[in-house]
Amino acid sequence: MSPMRFLRSRNLVIGALLTGLFTGAALLSFLWVPYDVTQMDIAHKIKPPSGVHWLGTDHYGRDILSMIMVGARTSIAVAVLAVGIGMGLGVPLGLWAAARRFSLLDEVIMRGNDLVFAFPSLIIAVMITAILGPSATNAIIAIGIFNIPVFARLSRSGALGLWNRDFILAARVAGKGAMRISFEHVLPNILNLLIVQGTIQFSMGILAEAGLSYVGLGAQPPTPSWGRMLADSQTMISFAPHMALFPGLAILLTVLGLNLLGDGLRDLLDPKLRRGRT
Amino acid sequence: MTRYILTRLLSLVLSLVAASVAIFLVIEILPGDPAAIMLGVNAQPDTLAALRAEMGLDQPMVIRYLAWVGGMLHGDFGTSYTYHTPVAKLIGDRLAVSLPLALFSLLLTVVIAFPVGIWAAARRGSAADTLIMGITQLGVAIPNFWFAMLMVVLFAINLRWFSAGGFAGWDKGLLPALKSLTLPAVALALPQASILARVMRSALLDTLSEDFVRTARAKGLSRAKALRRHALRNALIPVLTIIGMQFSFLLAGGIIIENVFYLPGLGRLIFQSISARDLITVESVVMLLVFAVILVNFLVELAYALVDPRLRSGR
Repeated sequence: MSPMRFLRSRNLVIGALLTGLFTGAALLSFLWVPYDVTQMDIAHKIKPPSGVHWLGTDHYGRDILSMIMVGARTSIAVAVLAVGIGMGLGVPLGLWAAARRFSLLDEVIMRGNDLVFAFPSLIIAVMITAILGPSATNAIIAIGIFNIPVFARLSRSGALGLWNRDFILAARVAGKGAMRISFEHVLPNILNLLIVQGTIQFSMGILAEAGLSYVGLGAQPPTPSWGRMLADSQTMISFAPHMALFPGLAILLTVLGLNLLGDGLRDLLDPKLRRGRT
Repeated sequence: MTRYILTRLLSLVLSLVAASVAIFLVIEILPGDPAAIMLGVNAQPDTLAALRAEMGLDQPMVIRYLAWVGGMLHGDFGTSYTYHTPVAKLIGDRLAVSLPLALFSLLLTVVIAFPVGIWAAARRGSAADTLIMGITQLGVAIPNFWFAMLMVVLFAINLRWFSAGGFAGWDKGLLPALKSLTLPAVALALPQASILARVMRSALLDTLSEDFVRTARAKGLSRAKALRRHALRNALIPVLTIIGMQFSFLLAGGIIIENVFYLPGLGRLIFQSISARDLITVESVVMLLVFAVILVNFLVELAYALVDPRLRSGR
């Protein structure tokens, strides 16, 4: 095995471990957390990491490890649902455009996608949450909208190549309609692409959620979220750096894990792409 | 070439019209009366009616849209409800911070990413390449506002090289102003430079495996020369696309970084307007930023034609 091959499988292993760690922490938080995150303990506020509070406490005396565990739920839920919106609407649109390729409909769908794509996503997310009011749900909608064109473009370009293939022709000869062919024959063949892209959009969703909740437009208190923890820590960073360090590390490691997982999956699922990336 | 520019120009105009309609409709369709949203729950009926008349909300939707777009074409973005000053002036003041910040970070992005990407591509598979790719992987994953906070701790609080926030103002001279933009620009640039370096590397590796590069090598050019003279120019198309997208990202992404450093830029303006429910300002700032993004995309497409003569003869 060459060093690069090894590195690739290492991507997959490290990525899966990190992703598993944070997903596990989020799931575990439903059953058990070291301390109740809604319980203030002013006597023990802003304590550095210790044997009692592994990652220290915040300005209300809440346990930072527990908050990161519960915050993982928020981040993962927002990102997963945003990817869900993008896939749920984008993939059918892309498949539809490919089935009616080069028609007016195709043109309209793809130009519409270009338009959404051209929008500065963060600003529109800010505008949407500003008008609808800040909440996790609105953050999901705001992030999700910008996932739609990503999946629509990917599905269309993946599907276009397939429509010329013999097995699709066979399905058409057998009398299957465009929609049935799209879902029964095209979709399974572009699933790999979609899974890899889904992982990447997942990591971008985590970053976007963190950014939105950092500026106060994500999940609202008392729901812990990583971005909000960072915002809270900002004024105390000179004497309580641990409050900023751990939530930031949580975001960094989760996003890194998902990116590595995406790279690893791409190499595993799509050997054709290997050449370009080595 | 003219045909290429004309078609691009047409799509630029269409995009702008579509974008303005979309932004207008978002504000329009959303539940609630914009005037009521702006005044809050304790609004008196007569102030509400006065504001509705001032905003033209008693007019039909099409008329309001045309008035809004028509005004913008004349540089009239309306009057801010909270600042009682023309929005155009507000934007102009803030743009004097946000635009230099975006350009500064774009410059840093390119200056870091090009050498790093080229260096890694030239040493593909080596330990140095692996290390660089590992570092860029971290750079892509780091939330830029967190990175900004860490830099404040190190460079502002501990080393005291820079101030932790605020903007010196251009009237204090170029150097103090640039100094107050340095940490924000680095915070914005690092993740983008990581992305660009990765794109640069893989684009170069793609072109390096093409036949014309092999021919150049066969003619006796060294690997480094073939890379510089032949591969680099051809790798520029994907790199340019990403740079274009990054500029819009930097302009828009500044809105969070400006918050970390308390910079009086467009980002702060948006958030202040949002918390003051000043929808007129929000709408205009968003439209301006979308306009900037669409314009940059247009310029990138023109740049393609300069880099790749094949595109000039129309597709």
